Amino acid sequence: MNALELKNVGKAYKGFSLKDVSFDLPEGYIMGFIGENGAGKSTTIKAILGLVHSEGDICVLGRDKKEITAVKEHIGVVLEEATFPDQLNLLDVESILRGVYKTWDQARFLALTDTFRLDRKKKIKDYSRGMKMKLALAAALSHDSRLLILDEPTAGLDPVVRDEVLDMLLEFIQQPDHTVLISSHIISDLERVCDYVTFIHEGRILFSMSKEALSEEFGIFHGGEAEVAALPREALCGLRRGKFGCEALVRRNCMRGNIPLEPAGIEDIMVLFVKGVN
Amino acid sequence: MKLAISNATGVPIYEQLKRQIKAAILAGELRGGEVLPSLRTVARDLRISVLTATRAYTELEQEGFVANVQGKGCYVREQDSDLLREQFLRRAEEGLGEAITAAGQAGLSAQELHGMLDILLNEKHQGE
Repeated sequence: MNALELKNVGKAYKGFSLKDVSFDLPEGYIMGFIGENGAGKSTTIKAILGLVHSEGDICVLGRDKKEITAVKEHIGVVLEEATFPDQLNLLDVESILRGVYKTWDQARFLALTDTFRLDRKKKIKDYSRGMKMKLALAAALSHDSRLLILDEPTAGLDPVVRDEVLDMLLEFIQQPDHTVLISSHIISDLERVCDYVTFIHEGRILFSMSKEALSEEFGIFHGGEAEVAALPREALCGLRRGKFGCEALVRRNCMRGNIPLEPAGIEDIMVLFVKGVN
Repeated sequence: MKLAISNATGVPIYEQLKRQIKAAILAGELRGGEVLPSLRTVARDLRISVLTATRAYTELEQEGFVANVQGKGCYVREQDSDLLREQFLRRAEEGLGEAITAAGQAGLSAQELHGMLDILLNEKHQGE
């Protein structure tokens, strides 16, 4: 079963549009949703959550986007910009959320926020960016969430906190019916733990596949200008020219002969794709 | 069983995991009938993706090292003793090959090399 299905999702703004965004996220796995700033990650996530009106079909935990309130209880959300009101403290937030979610688990919330070393009395406005994010994550994990949707949760956080967040995700996914969609432009975090990678560029999906398939699909070719020019055109996806040679992102199945290729990391793939061939 | 994944080797993660489990089976550390840790546990503890762990387990199954029982997990299969013996024979041959190369570099004659092997074998027997 898919926890998330998007079909031809579109949204037009002035100067930016989301076009034909389609991908599936199977239940039980982590998907990294990557792309540059402004590529359309947040817009896509808002469309999934019904926060903006969009064209196309979206199905969340088996429900059409029109019925998303029916599964609200099972969706945990951490958005980049949206935090809790400044004047509240952790205990205020707890008492509000207790009224919002039927499955709210107060003990778990307090335990998680203790693990995260969050002060209960301090006002949210005095929290650091990392503390706000941890508070939002603790809230997302304190009701019966089956699908976690995280928009840039680790942006601007130090490596220690990013590490804690990854541990939380890996713990969450121990339940085979738990699923995570995490958007980020910091790829090194995600590279090891995500099962699927969806790459969005200028409002369109360039690919959405398992990480294992990705390493089989793409490779890095090193060589001089002449060698790169001799590569099949359809194999070439991106190119970086340097003083001492070129680095090319190529599709392995379009290559002819037995040319040695290096494995391409997700970051290589993203950067070289964006650079393009020119 | 100890498992460790390195980001620096350039060997794909699923391959690292596969090799280490295989080595543990061949070394007798994991015996026939033992259950491998669940995919999600392995993924969490090694901080790798569930699908990567799945790929390693699937390939181990295809190579006959483990058997997957739906709903129960992945068992280490009773290892074929001929197959195991072959693995050990190959390892002995490889080791001797290396010894021969090193002996050649040191200018040792065949006789001296035989003598050295006898001495080492004797020591080993006395040690046991």
